[in-house]
Amino acid sequence: MTGNAVRRPGMDHRQVTCPRLENTAMKKKTTMTVTEIRSLAEGIFSMKLRYPEGDAPEKVLPGQFAGLYPNDPSKLLPRPISICRWEPDSGELQFVFRVAGAGTASLAAQKTGDKVDMLGILGNGYDLGKLAGKRVLLLGGGIGIPPMVELAAALNGIPGSEVKAVMGYRDSSLFLTEELKKYGNLLIATEDGSVGTKGNVLDAVRENGVTADAVCACGPMPMLRAVKKFAQEQGIPAYISLEERMACGVGACLGCVTKTVKTHSHSHVRNARICTEGPVFDAEEVEI
Amino acid sequence: MREETYRSKPDMTVNIAGVELKNPVMTASGTFGSGMEYSEFVDLNHLGAVVTKGVANKPWEGNPTPRVAEVYGGMLNAIGLQNPGIDVFIERDLAFLKQFDTKVIVNVCGHTEEEYLEVVERLADEPVDMLEINVSCPNVKQGAIQFGQDPGCLEDITAKIKRIAKQPVIMKLTPNVTDISVMARAAEAGGADAISLINTITGMKIDIEKRRFVLANRTGGLSGPAIKPVAVRMVWQAAQAVKIPIIGMGGVASAEDAVEFMLAGASAVAVGAMNFHDPYLTQKVVDGMEQYLMRHNIQTVRELTGAVQ
Repeated sequence: MTGNAVRRPGMDHRQVTCPRLENTAMKKKTTMTVTEIRSLAEGIFSMKLRYPEGDAPEKVLPGQFAGLYPNDPSKLLPRPISICRWEPDSGELQFVFRVAGAGTASLAAQKTGDKVDMLGILGNGYDLGKLAGKRVLLLGGGIGIPPMVELAAALNGIPGSEVKAVMGYRDSSLFLTEELKKYGNLLIATEDGSVGTKGNVLDAVRENGVTADAVCACGPMPMLRAVKKFAQEQGIPAYISLEERMACGVGACLGCVTKTVKTHSHSHVRNARICTEGPVFDAEEVEI
Repeated sequence: MREETYRSKPDMTVNIAGVELKNPVMTASGTFGSGMEYSEFVDLNHLGAVVTKGVANKPWEGNPTPRVAEVYGGMLNAIGLQNPGIDVFIERDLAFLKQFDTKVIVNVCGHTEEEYLEVVERLADEPVDMLEINVSCPNVKQGAIQFGQDPGCLEDITAKIKRIAKQPVIMKLTPNVTDISVMARAAEAGGADAISLINTITGMKIDIEKRRFVLANRTGGLSGPAIKPVAVRMVWQAAQAVKIPIIGMGGVASAEDAVEFMLAGASAVAVGAMNFHDPYLTQKVVDGMEQYLMRHNIQTVRELTGAVQ
């Protein structure tokens, strides 16, 4: 626990003045061990990080994320990366990320046994209570696909819930398809038409006449806007995971906000913090 | 090394304008919210003071996103002073902070003189130890930095705030001026009890692939270790110019950095952007400074102020 926070007197009062969502676990910065690193497709890497013995959180929810620190002193900020899988038995988190710059490149260059500092677990994930017993359409676009694996697994474990996954890729370099197939039906869309439906995830949904009681989506902003519209047309709720440039990751700096429809109860303006109130929002509550 | 082991702990207390702090380590405004978020990582009871994010008379929406960008050894931000307004701040944030045994310094922002004065007036009877006046934010269109870049304006607004403030007043200075000593003297002439510096240095980042500004605001304030040498130099220059205490900040990443600011002339130091890198940093700086004093056999941290030769 060296270097990590411990609960101290005084903290509990926070619950009184600022109640938080129940699924937000204690946050800490932890030195994790790389247990696996591999390339899944061009520029897409999977990295497994293991908690030190006894340091793992009690609960990790689909849609939550962590901040991974590049091993480069010129780079100060943690990279917000969504959790692809949580394996409580081994205390391992799997992250699947795209190399987008020097920071993520340095993460991709880690080797098994290396140490990576991680700030976690951050944000609020998908509300499984609202999805239980429903036919849930999971839409993932590009690097928005990884969190859908943990969500599919969680929903698969809830009796009466049904997973219908539709994932969109650029081309035939697919990733995480085998993992997704384990938990439900999987349809694929590719921009170049090389696999599945040519087009985006909603083209595949329409082409196959997929229906559902709720939609969960993660992907680029144009896709999320289209998903919001689709859900409105269908008269079903949509829960979308947003992305923004972040600094602190814990709700202090107000760097990563999204516009909200109503005045938000924390900010008292029409802004919510993606790192703290999000990253998952009811699409009807945000202006995207 | 028996002497080392049994030597008594150094005196870490500092006195800024009559307010005694248990140690010289504070948080830099805007990097620590009102302490709530970081209280999960750091025991606020161990800090000299918590300096809150700027608060205005009414809620401010702030700037569009992207609001932050990383740069080599630092970051740019253009949050635009988003804040919930003084009413919510008093009810929620101050109520939270007063549970802790630390000094509370409220950072005050505004577009106009009247807005600054309204906030100062509202805080008069609240559990606040000091006020820090943000006349140096580079990211809001009107007000703020204008007051901090013209010595006449700075002296004038300082004097007006001092007339009504019930708490000691710290004027936070911008580094985006030709001569920081002129600004330091203006604040002192206006009656400031202390000054804090530096706020961020205006910067810019361009995405060369998209040929677009990275920040929606185009420019942003540079902070982090990249600005530390500039900040140390300005603290030293200000210390040559005024007698009032100085709170030094700008890229503090370690206890050694904090000591450097003290040697340059600061009476206290603030940890800013590096909280984002290491949420435990404030506590580490407190501990590390204490160890530095013991290592050098210095009785009190106050001896460091301006001790560069």
